[in-house]
Amino acid sequence: MTIQAVISAEEAIRNVRSGDTIMVGGFGLVGAPLTLIDALVEHSDATDLTIVSNNIGEPGRGLGKLLRQGRIRRGISSYFTSNPEAVAAVNEGVIEATLVPQGTFAEAIRAGGAGIGGFYTPVGAGTLLAEGKEARLIGGVPHVLEAPIRADVSLVYAARADLLGNLWYRLTARNFNPLMATAATITIAEAGEVVEVGALEPESVATPHLYVDYLVERA
Amino acid sequence: MSADVKSRIAERAARELRPGEIVNLGIGIPNLIPGFLSADSKVVLHTENGLLGVGPRPTNDDGDPDLIDAAKQPITALPGASYFDSAASFAMIRGGHVDVAVLGALEVSGSGDIANWAVPGKDVLGVGGAMDLVVGARRVIVTMTSTSSRGQPKVVAECSYPLTAAGVADVVITELSVFRILDGALHLTELFEGVSLDDVAAATTAPFVISLEESHVS
Repeated sequence: MTIQAVISAEEAIRNVRSGDTIMVGGFGLVGAPLTLIDALVEHSDATDLTIVSNNIGEPGRGLGKLLRQGRIRRGISSYFTSNPEAVAAVNEGVIEATLVPQGTFAEAIRAGGAGIGGFYTPVGAGTLLAEGKEARLIGGVPHVLEAPIRADVSLVYAARADLLGNLWYRLTARNFNPLMATAATITIAEAGEVVEVGALEPESVATPHLYVDYLVERA
Repeated sequence: MSADVKSRIAERAARELRPGEIVNLGIGIPNLIPGFLSADSKVVLHTENGLLGVGPRPTNDDGDPDLIDAAKQPITALPGASYFDSAASFAMIRGGHVDVAVLGALEVSGSGDIANWAVPGKDVLGVGGAMDLVVGARRVIVTMTSTSSRGQPKVVAECSYPLTAAGVADVVITELSVFRILDGALHLTELFEGVSLDDVAAATTAPFVISLEESHVS
């Protein structure tokens, strides 16, 4: 899909419905789409959400705000520990946690966006995190079968976007964003700066615009 | 654990790294290693959140908010650095393109099993990239104190904490000694100055072979 115009975060976030699975980019708060998260917190009533994000924000920051509102039902993450309030919510049974090794988490999202039905990885084999997963020896090495991860809506951040929705990432703020942009039914990109079509070097575009449905400017 | 003990371990670990190697450093003691690498060490640091060519920590306020390491601390990038997404980063790790991972542990067994991510009933909610790194890196160096804060030995016959992976540790460096795991067996290869065999034996519950390298016996 080709986007038509930059819209407001408030308008874009209307795409999130109760019960949805939402991917949110960022490693901690770096590369997290903070304007979109704030819009979700302030302008949406959607609840019972499954959040796919490397962390569940920090206390009262980023996704930590949504957590405080009690609107997260489940988290799929590699590191809940960076938000002690998320850990407490899991321990109190308020949210359900699915812990995934970080590389498996990234690859599962990549697979989800690439039409791959799953993959075998040696990571996690024989550990608590492989429980309930199909195991098999490949070349004599234990592997586990991991399912792809997809979402209803992805919220990603890029330092720069052109008006078609091509995205350019900066430094380590790239992290999970380009993967998540591929793996949802609807992808909403928040850009630090929106530039004219043709202003991005084609070779430097990390997310081609066909993945991006809506474009919002960072507040 | 005193700063002195941590530095001693980090300094010894730095000497395990060879010129040109691609190295991923975990949180804690491993993060002290860059301070012990000489300017011409040619070791290239990888951080799993998407950078090859990690430079020194920025001084004062010249850090960039978009530039952090896996410990979420500000870093710089060296000339020749490259940035990539998390799937590419872990493809490097899993694919055996990262030469060395240096990381801390709660326990290591004599056969190289590592437990470093979870304490049952307390913390089983953060694994990060630990499992990927110990499985994927070609050489795994564990840096840790010989005993826990409660005085329990950490080099053990069998891990009691949940495993990160089985049979993956190659080298274990504590404040007392260096162990190497060769063909699934634990070898004591080096005693630090002022440390006796009895000191190591008292802090280790795993059986080990004494294979002291002549040049390192003090």
